[in-house]
Amino acid sequence: MKKILFTLLFYFIFLIKSFALIEVDITRGNLDPLPIAVSPLHVDVKSDNFKDLKVKELGENISEIIEKNFKNTGLFNPLKKDAFVQKPDIAHLKPRFEDWRLIKAQALVTGKLLIKNEKLKVEFRLWDLTAAQEMTALAFTTTPSNWRRVAHIISDKIYERLTGEEGYFDTRIIYVAESGPKSQRIKKLAIMDQDGSNTKYLTLGNELVLTPRFNPTNQMVTYMSYFRNMPRVYLLDIETGTQEVVGNFPGMTFAPRFSPDGTKIIMSFAKDGNSDIYTMDLESRVVERITEHSSIDTSPSFSPDGKFIAFNSDRSGLQQIYVMRSDGSNVKRVTFGKGIYGTPVWSPRGDLIAFTKMHKGRFYIGVMRTDGTGERLLTENYYQEAPSWSPNGRVLVFYRETKAGDKGEGFTAKLWSIDITGYNERKLYTKTDASDPSWSSLLSK
Amino acid sequence: MNLGEKMTLKSNLKNILLVIFATLILSACSTAKKTGDIDGDVYTGKETVEFLAAGVPDRVFFATNKSSLTTASRATLRKQATFLRKNKNLNVTIEGHADERGTREYNLALGERRANAARDYLMTYGISGKRISVISYGKEKPVNPKSSPLAWSQNRRSVTVKVN
Repeated sequence: MKKILFTLLFYFIFLIKSFALIEVDITRGNLDPLPIAVSPLHVDVKSDNFKDLKVKELGENISEIIEKNFKNTGLFNPLKKDAFVQKPDIAHLKPRFEDWRLIKAQALVTGKLLIKNEKLKVEFRLWDLTAAQEMTALAFTTTPSNWRRVAHIISDKIYERLTGEEGYFDTRIIYVAESGPKSQRIKKLAIMDQDGSNTKYLTLGNELVLTPRFNPTNQMVTYMSYFRNMPRVYLLDIETGTQEVVGNFPGMTFAPRFSPDGTKIIMSFAKDGNSDIYTMDLESRVVERITEHSSIDTSPSFSPDGKFIAFNSDRSGLQQIYVMRSDGSNVKRVTFGKGIYGTPVWSPRGDLIAFTKMHKGRFYIGVMRTDGTGERLLTENYYQEAPSWSPNGRVLVFYRETKAGDKGEGFTAKLWSIDITGYNERKLYTKTDASDPSWSSLLSK
Repeated sequence: MNLGEKMTLKSNLKNILLVIFATLILSACSTAKKTGDIDGDVYTGKETVEFLAAGVPDRVFFATNKSSLTTASRATLRKQATFLRKNKNLNVTIEGHADERGTREYNLALGERRANAARDYLMTYGISGKRISVISYGKEKPVNPKSSPLAWSQNRRSVTVKVN
C-alpha cells in the first residue's frame, strides 16, 4: 500500500514538474546558464524614418543589447544568431519549437517594431521552447530615441518572468569619473546607463567631488564637493542641473545618503576633530543629530523601511559596523570578525548589509545579515570599496584600485560588479577611470 | 651513534640556528636603519617636508589609523607655534590627510581628526583658534603617489599652510 502511494506521489510530482515552465534560480551561483535565443526584432517595412536613427538596424540593435544584458547576468547564455532557423517575423507569430530546440535553445525572445508618427511601437514575446508555449508577451509605445531603454525594459520583463525577481537593466549608475596623475586627480560626476552607454558628465572637474548617491526617484543626487575649498554635502537636480549646498555647517559635511522615502539626507558632520551623524529634512531644513560620540561616526545607511541605520564607527578603537534605531537609540556593534570594517550599505530587500572589510593588507567586499551573522566575503583584492546594490538586491557594484609604481604609474580605478552569490565578477565599461558608484532604482516603475 | 653524540649534534644544530637567527635580526635592523625614515609606522624623514620658515617644518606624520601626536610631531608643532607667535598677522590652514589604504569616507573623518590634533596642540601653545582653520582631504591628495609603506607613511600627515 505504502509503495503504491509512493509511486502515485512520484508520478504526481513528475507530472507537475514536466508541466512547469522554465525557471532560472538566481539564489546560487549558476554554472549552467540557460541557453536563450534572442531573435532580432522584426522591423515593420511601413516604418517611417526618424532623425538620424538607423531604423532598418533597430531590431538587430535592440536584440544585441538584450543579449549583452543577459550575458552579463551570468545566468543566461545567449546563442549565436547565425544558427537561428526562422526569420524574425515568422518566429514572432509562432515559432517552430522543434527547430529552435535543435540548436539547444530553451527559451526564445521574438518581437517586432514599427515607427509611425514619431512613435516607436514595440511588442515582444518570450517562448518556453521545452513546454512549447508562450510565457509572456508585452507591447508598448514610446519615443524612438528611447530605443536603448526599450531593450532594457524588455530585458527586465524577461528576467522577471524567468527568475521571479525584478530586473535591474533599465537603470543608471552615477559615479565619479577620474583622470590625471594620482596626486592631482581630476574628478567629475558622471552618469551612465547600467551597460556603460550614454555617459554624461554633470560637473566640469574644477573642484573635487566625491560619493554621489541617487534619491529613490533617481532625479536627485546628493554628493560631496570641495567647491570654494569648503567640503560640503550638495544636492543636484539631474534634469535641471541646479546645485545647492545642504550641509552648510561650520565644519565638514560628508558621506551623504538619502532616506528611503527621499525626504531626508543623512550625513556626517565633522567639527573639532569629531564626526557625528545628522539628518536634514529637505523641505523644512530641520537638522537632527543622530549620534553623539567622541569617536568617528560616518558612512550612515538607512534600512529600506527607514527604521534602522547602519554606520561606521571607531568607538571600539578601530573601524567597525554598528546598527541603531533611526532616532539614534539602541546602538549595537554587529561586526566582530577579524580585521576592520567600513561602508555598510543596507540591501534594498532589507535582508543584508554589504560592506568593505580590511584584513592583513587586503580588501574584501562582503555581505552579512543585518545582525552581523552569516558574513560572506565575495571578492578579495589589493584595494576595493564602496559597494552599491542593484535595485533587486542581487548584484553589487563597487570600485577597485590597482597598486601604483614609483611615480604613481600603473594606477587605475575601475567599477566592478559581482553577484551576491560570489559568482560573476565583472569589470564595468566606463569611458574614464571611475570610483564611488551608486546604482539607481528601476527607471520605469 | 650513541646518545652522547646525538646530544652534541643537537646542540651544534641549535648553535647554528642561533647564529642564523642573530644574523637575520641584525640584517633586519640594518635595513630598517637604512630606510631609517619610519619609526613604528610613522614617517620621521625629511623627504616631502617643506618649511614655513627656516627650521620650521610645515608638516607632522601619523601612524596608521591614528591621530595622536608623536614626540617629534609635538616638537615640530612647538616650532610652528613659536613662528606663529612671531608673525601675529599670519593665519594658517591645517590640511589633514590619510593614506590610500582606507575607505574614503572614514579617511575624510580621520584627516579631519588629524588636522584638529595639530590645531589643538598649537592652541595649547597660545595660538588663537581663530587664526587656524582646518580642512580634511582624506586620501584625495597624496604627496607620494607610490603604493608602498614609505609612501603611505608620508601621506598620513597634517600640513600647516600659510593663508595670507
